[in-house]
Amino acid sequence: MARIVAGIGSSHVPNFGPAYDAKKFDEPDWKPLFDGYAPVKRWLREVAKPDVAIFIYNDHGSDFSLDRVPTFAIGVRDAYEQADEGFGTRPLPCVKGDAELSWHLAKELIYDEFDLTICQEMKVDHGLMAPLPLLFPHDPDWSVRVVPIVVNVIQHPLPTARRCFRLGQSIARAVAAYPKDIKVVVIGTGGMSHQLHGERFGHLAEGFDDWWLDCIARDPEILCKLSHKEIMAAAGAESVELIMWLVMRGALTGRVEQKHRNYYAPMTTGMGLISLAVI
Amino acid sequence: MNTTDSGTYAGLSDWGIPGTYVFDDTRSRLGYELNKLAYSLTDPTNREAFRKDEEGYMARYKLSEAQKDAIRRRDWLALTKEHGGNIYYIYKLGAATGTGLYHMGAQMRGETYEQFLATRGAKGAR
Repeated sequence: MARIVAGIGSSHVPNFGPAYDAKKFDEPDWKPLFDGYAPVKRWLREVAKPDVAIFIYNDHGSDFSLDRVPTFAIGVRDAYEQADEGFGTRPLPCVKGDAELSWHLAKELIYDEFDLTICQEMKVDHGLMAPLPLLFPHDPDWSVRVVPIVVNVIQHPLPTARRCFRLGQSIARAVAAYPKDIKVVVIGTGGMSHQLHGERFGHLAEGFDDWWLDCIARDPEILCKLSHKEIMAAAGAESVELIMWLVMRGALTGRVEQKHRNYYAPMTTGMGLISLAVI
Repeated sequence: MNTTDSGTYAGLSDWGIPGTYVFDDTRSRLGYELNKLAYSLTDPTNREAFRKDEEGYMARYKLSEAQKDAIRRRDWLALTKEHGGNIYYIYKLGAATGTGLYHMGAQMRGETYEQFLATRGAKGAR
């Protein structure tokens, strides 16, 4: 039977991409970021050993556009190409999918009353690609298969924080009902504090981010009660992406143990990372 | 578009967060064609066409004259504040015109690029 062994919360800042591709691991201004990811990548490879990563992320007008905006969508392919976000794509292998598990999740989630849009055509953008190589090896090919689940955090009305948490709980039930003996990690991406438009561009809220990291580990119920406006007012309009971390947290049942935590806010985004093992 | 006494744009929502223009129904409706143009620049052929003939490219979309003018002026603040542009879409206009996100941001803050960078903790991480 399939089981969820861990959850990861991670920012998905686009600049991770060029910095990673140029191997700026030891540059002083990037080192605090990469040093945070290295032990998590090692732990995933040597201890948690997931077969599949369910990635909760949002598209940034790269593949999806405003003609149709699904609140929740799931990719059901065996491979995902990168989306061109306006300046080409990165030198990384095509992302490996798991169509069988994706379709299983789609069926279970929809019959559990989470009506995801099912995507047989789908490209992935930095929401998924920024953290993916920081967490999983890819030479010569990715060490993990990916199920991408997309959440609308761009065009309001967005799903509520609690709805995201409940989606995670439904994912947990769906994974538990999958007959294959595989290990799954759920990765909630986005945030932390940032605002990328208006006169408030560059707003950071390190205190809020620190509190969120505390709560996501030990008291996610508090976070489920937050409104979008409360999150945006505290941590910047674009920080509302953080509700996707609650999908991850909802998918972890029983007791969890925090294994790693990192935070760095060098430019315009609080770059957070947390790993939670299911014990 | 008219401004109200409080300085907000008539018809566009005000969520009460200073310097913040939440991308909701009011902005998505107003900015639909603008964001559609920006989205089209995910295709390298379209980027090339836009760079060669910006006016001709803009004519393919049902933009208001004010929206076209804001694109001509590279007025990133106006595009997101007044014209319904979503930053993740407008960012692609920046990429096509050689303006990075931090340059766009500095302008939106009313600062020079250097002034903006001076407010950051580790500006090598960009």
